Amino acid sequence: MKTYHADERGYYGEFGGAFIPEMLYPNCEELRQNYLRIMEEPSFQKEFHQLLKDYVGRPTPLYFAKRLSEKYNTKIYLKREDLCHTGAHKVNNTIGQILMAKKLGKNRIIAETGAGQHGVATATVCALMGIECVVYMGEIDIARQAPNVARMKMLGTEVRPALSGSRTLKDATNEAIRDWINNPVDTHYIIGSVVGPHPYPDMVARFQSVISEEIKWQLKEKEGRENPDYVVACVGGGSNAAGAYYHYLDVPDVGIIAVEAAGKGINSGESAATSALGKVGIIHGSKTLLMQTDDGQITEPYSISAGLDYPGVGPMHAHLFKSGRGEFISITDDKAMTAGLALCQLEGIIPAIETSHAFAIFEERQFEKDDVVVVNLSGRGDKDLRNYIDYFRL
Amino acid sequence: MNRINKKLQEDKKMLSIYFTAGYPKLNDTVPIIEELEKNGVDLIEIGLPFSDPLADGPTIQQSSTAALKNGMHTELLFQQLKGIRKTVSVPLIIMGYFNPVLQYGVEAFCKKCQEIGIDGLILPDLPLDVYQEEYKSIFEKYGLINVFLITPQTSEARIKAIDDASEGFIYMVSSASTTGAKEGFGPEQKAYFERITEMKLKNPQIVGFGISNSDTFQQATQKTKGAIIGSAFIKHLSQKGVSKIGQFVKGIR
Repeated sequence: MKTYHADERGYYGEFGGAFIPEMLYPNCEELRQNYLRIMEEPSFQKEFHQLLKDYVGRPTPLYFAKRLSEKYNTKIYLKREDLCHTGAHKVNNTIGQILMAKKLGKNRIIAETGAGQHGVATATVCALMGIECVVYMGEIDIARQAPNVARMKMLGTEVRPALSGSRTLKDATNEAIRDWINNPVDTHYIIGSVVGPHPYPDMVARFQSVISEEIKWQLKEKEGRENPDYVVACVGGGSNAAGAYYHYLDVPDVGIIAVEAAGKGINSGESAATSALGKVGIIHGSKTLLMQTDDGQITEPYSISAGLDYPGVGPMHAHLFKSGRGEFISITDDKAMTAGLALCQLEGIIPAIETSHAFAIFEERQFEKDDVVVVNLSGRGDKDLRNYIDYFRL
Repeated sequence: MNRINKKLQEDKKMLSIYFTAGYPKLNDTVPIIEELEKNGVDLIEIGLPFSDPLADGPTIQQSSTAALKNGMHTELLFQQLKGIRKTVSVPLIIMGYFNPVLQYGVEAFCKKCQEIGIDGLILPDLPLDVYQEEYKSIFEKYGLINVFLITPQTSEARIKAIDDASEGFIYMVSSASTTGAKEGFGPEQKAYFERITEMKLKNPQIVGFGISNSDTFQQATQKTKGAIIGSAFIKHLSQKGVSKIGQFVKGIR
């Protein structure tokens, strides 16, 4: 059967794999050999689901957005990942990976973060488990995202500035990888998205798959059917999207819509729309689509939302794009901000700017009246108040 | 016979030097190679700079960033090296990350290397299995030796597989680290050097990472065929310039 999931070597079509220097081979190999076995252990499943329920606050609601639906003359449901503890879907993955790290006998955690959401989610679970945690964050992002830096510090995490390259997310990821090379035995690297070498994209997608698992039974309750006509999610690296699509990947009736950040416009030179601008290459150990020069140097993306500001995209999404299974739309800063404000005023929900991109598609694309469209509301907008204030002169 | 294999037959410890092409100045590539050969260096690794060198520490990162800023790129490096075999006979290896090679086109890249007289490649993030399945025949077609790395954490079975796949030497990373991170060797490294020696591999081993001076060169080569210096050389180059390369090399042996 044709599948859009990873094969056993971590390939989604031509994308994925593990393009890593030998120094990382033992770490990744240890994880590769054990992750599926550990995830299937009943004791792991029990603890994972218990924490998702009691600590994260799952299941998150699937909410019928009545006024939004009326405005766009279609049926729109919101999957409320913004109501997760720490304010976004990121924690689904960090809960899973911290339990994985414990099973592997690791006693030190490292992570990368851009806007700080994954950093906070990692710092949170490390505090929960009493495990030492170091988060790498670009020096520029540290200055831009002071509240999240403070949150991580309060949670007992050391935030180390990434001083190399462009001093943003891709460089924070490089620094975390370098840390792992230097500490191969005791340390587990919690990657925050469906990126990196195999088995990370598949492992993170599986931890996030709880999102679509819940959508299925919640939609059955509300609409009498498990499958919506469309699932919509924003894509930076692509972890919330991977979770929202997961159980629908191989269901052809469900349309998959991925929304990328066009920044100031696809051809403006300041964009993060990887599907439109990227070419096949290697970034952070994965063969995927990435933004690069003709010479193969990785370029710096731009988006108003720090969470979509990644020059690559997970290999699952590269494959969804290339195969035509997914419909990719890119949304500019301005359209995203407008859509975010519209959601506030129609539904009383302040979304993260990342998520606002997903809502902008209703201005770009028509849906049928009877279509059921599920939008993954991946995060809440508290962290973005500064940006909203500046943009709307509030 | 490939120049690397020929060189390795010599009854001496190999001194291999790594530098980043396009650094300190854009056109230093050829003068650096000529100076290194003049001063008796056995193997030269020409670094093709990459924007995201994730196995490298600060020194090589900075030299890569500076080289790219100076305007270095793949085609330019090939242009600079075009006539290199008129003046230089030492084995030349290009070391870099896989993405720039992939963008150039693996076959086109290898063909260019052969035309210039490059003898081998070190691409740390091109994994063994992918190399064997997709690229080995291309490397062989153009007479290029692919050099693989091993580390203290590499399992015995994998070392054997790497030894089988290698046709020049094995790049033996001295400790779990990025480049330039650690100096000197402790008992752990010595045990590791001994363990590998006892495996009696078919390929000679050349140690890299952590070698910066005469002492560490001696220690690294006691049991192995040679050693590679990168970060320490680049530091010397940034401080003293191309004309003082002889001073650095003589300080090693």
